[in-house]
Amino acid sequence: MAETVLTNPGQSPARLEGWRGIAADWASDQRAFKNVSWGKAMMWIFLLSDTFIFSCFLLSYMTARMSTTVPWPNPSEVFALNIGGNHIPLILIAIMTFVLISSSGTMAMAVNFGYRRDRVRTAILMLVTAAFGATFVGMQAFEWTKLIMEGVRPWGNPWGAPQFGASFFMITGFHGTHVTIGVIFLIAIARKVFRGDFDVERRGFFTSRKGYYEIVEITGLYWHFVDLVWVFIFAFFYLW
Amino acid sequence: MVDIPYEGIRGIPPAEVPEVELYHPRSWWTRYVFSQDAKVIAIQYSLTATAIGLVALVLSWLMRLQLGFPGTFSFIDANQYLQFITMHGMIMVIYLLTALFLGGFGNYLIPLMVGARDMVFPYVNMLSYWVYLLAVLVLASTFFVPGGPTGAGWTLYPPQAILSGTPGQDWGIILMMASLILFIIGFTMGGLNYVVTVLQARTRGMTLMRLPLTVWGIFTATVMALLAFPALFVASVMLLLDRLLGTSFFMPALVEMGTLSKYGGGSPLLFQHLFWFFGHPEVYIVALPAFGIVSDLISTHARKNIFGYRMMVWAIVAIGALSFIVWAHHMYVSGMFPQFGYFFATTTLIIAIPTAIKVYNWVLTLWRGDIHLTVPMLFALGFIITFVNGGLTGLFLGNVVVDVPLSDTMFVVAHFHMVMGVAPIMVVLGAIYHWYPKVTGRMLNEALGKFHFWVTFLGAYLIFFPMHYLGLLGVPRRYFELGDATFIPSSAHSLNAFISVVALTVGFSQMVFLFNLAWSLFKGEASGGNPWRATTLEWQTPETPPGHGNWGKELPVVYRWAYDYSVPGAAEDFIPQNQPPRATQLAQGAAS
Repeated sequence: MAETVLTNPGQSPARLEGWRGIAADWASDQRAFKNVSWGKAMMWIFLLSDTFIFSCFLLSYMTARMSTTVPWPNPSEVFALNIGGNHIPLILIAIMTFVLISSSGTMAMAVNFGYRRDRVRTAILMLVTAAFGATFVGMQAFEWTKLIMEGVRPWGNPWGAPQFGASFFMITGFHGTHVTIGVIFLIAIARKVFRGDFDVERRGFFTSRKGYYEIVEITGLYWHFVDLVWVFIFAFFYLW
Repeated sequence: MVDIPYEGIRGIPPAEVPEVELYHPRSWWTRYVFSQDAKVIAIQYSLTATAIGLVALVLSWLMRLQLGFPGTFSFIDANQYLQFITMHGMIMVIYLLTALFLGGFGNYLIPLMVGARDMVFPYVNMLSYWVYLLAVLVLASTFFVPGGPTGAGWTLYPPQAILSGTPGQDWGIILMMASLILFIIGFTMGGLNYVVTVLQARTRGMTLMRLPLTVWGIFTATVMALLAFPALFVASVMLLLDRLLGTSFFMPALVEMGTLSKYGGGSPLLFQHLFWFFGHPEVYIVALPAFGIVSDLISTHARKNIFGYRMMVWAIVAIGALSFIVWAHHMYVSGMFPQFGYFFATTTLIIAIPTAIKVYNWVLTLWRGDIHLTVPMLFALGFIITFVNGGLTGLFLGNVVVDVPLSDTMFVVAHFHMVMGVAPIMVVLGAIYHWYPKVTGRMLNEALGKFHFWVTFLGAYLIFFPMHYLGLLGVPRRYFELGDATFIPSSAHSLNAFISVVALTVGFSQMVFLFNLAWSLFKGEASGGNPWRATTLEWQTPETPPGHGNWGKELPVVYRWAYDYSVPGAAEDFIPQNQPPRATQLAQGAAS
């Protein structure tokens, strides 16, 4: 085929591999990410933006922690529990982390069954994920209550730098809000899956767009992101 | 060849995805108020931004009255003056320019220019506007709460922003933070739409390197905004917590009104870092759409292809990327580690390279072009001049040793008003004269337009050029009155009075423009679909103004870049992007 400037000579029907493939996709028309739907692309870009929010929160907390002139409370001690007479550091946080990471597993299974159009299993696994998430938020609430009873406030605490309480409530609160939104989102989508909305392509109440099983994966993207953020919070806030 | 992936003779790739059905409004409310059509949302954004922008314009008149004639106007006191400064800056930068370029021009032009029927998620797009409107209303409400709006300066630096003694300490600062948080949430919903629409919803044949530069500018600015606003979001949340809950993220131990405050151990510098990590990209969030739009105005009205299209695209991307590593050049005198200044001065000056490429390319586009001195072209030329002017003073301020004595003087005010005030506003005005025919189907009055241009352009110079001189004398910014400082000669006071008179005149002359907008809507000359004989897709719609879904039955197909002006041998001096190549060429192509 003659190379006129008028056509699109860069694109070949055989998809190229690796960097050449990426270059060819970005040089092509219509879509930069081939086989990525609008919804999925939007969620990824939103998560990139959200990453910057959490990064700013964590960097601000680290700045406060490094520049404070009074001692920082020892997280191992602050977050320890007495269980059966044993003093176990960080035990609650360990359980919370385990619960949240397990929820990522059930979420991944839900996505798998979603693409098989197995609506009952998908809905159940999404509800299990939501239950894990709710458990996590519940334990977070328990931890908040415990710390508040011990005298930790956003503006001060009995053990040292006031920024400890401030950063703790702000960061875990913001993350907990994300988990809570995720739980609501999961329950709403699970209901739609169970009702068979995506089998009959029922239109959304607000958007009047047809829904597809892909929304399960998009929900999953958000959920895995929230889990991943928790891993960073765990590492930088509790283990440091 | 067997593997021709194209649709036979038409020489274009097949559609990759089926079209998504649009939401069809059923009532007046869903058609014009709670509309999901990007074009209606764009007009809503533009009108709201203009309305709040007029408030900021009036605030600037009040400031100029005080500065030009200190002591004459008893209704302006020192606290109010600070409140005027703060609200003027915040409204102009965020609620006017950002919203107008991205929410207004972005919404209108992106779907039309890439050949889409609408944004990818119209419902989310609609929510974006309503949350923006809420943010504007919360902001405007601060004028009516006890204590009035905050007077902390648009940078809102703690500790003074939330301490007693700063005007608006009780409600103003809280509502300002709430409004910013709302704005960011609303913008994110819109911004995600713009990015995904450009990346994933282009029409057949529309590659990224065939996009008009307008889309490149708005797209890059939106990506930057999605990455920069998070820092402002976090800073706002933390400052709000400092103010409401008494945390000390940004607040050191200090004495407030004679007593030791409850705060202690925080870092005011941290706020400045977060603020400017947002604030510097923000300058380019406003500038990049202007760069893109002005490229299209110049190319169209000089009947010549843009010079160095690829370099123009890469310069936009490079400026966008570099702008994230220059923020601390706003902080040379903040007390940060002084040697950081070395790094940030270097990166700042490197930005001059892609920027200079753009300016040279605009000038080279004009070179030997068939220049039509239409109103949009006049504003585009005005932009180049004011932008170069403001950019050159930026070189002074980017260098640490020159910046230190000039910090917080009127020189800085002159610089940023020239480069990110006047210059982008020139483009906004030029763009309105350019696209008004597409939005309404009628031309704006040209005589009024030319009057508007010359008053605005010459007036802007008379206002801001003398401010450089005031700054070199050491006249500080943000001062309510200058008093009897010995280093300020009496000529500076007369100059201030002169600037005020010009500013009021230029401000009032904008009413001519508003009149023109309203009058032409009913009485303007009918424009037809493509009055400027332009190549880009938005001028090729079947209806003017474009109907719901933009394109009628069939989406357009793009065969060429956006700048086929004065092509040798062509019948006309422009070839629209969706005009198929001549049949003979295609037949040859398909046969070989």
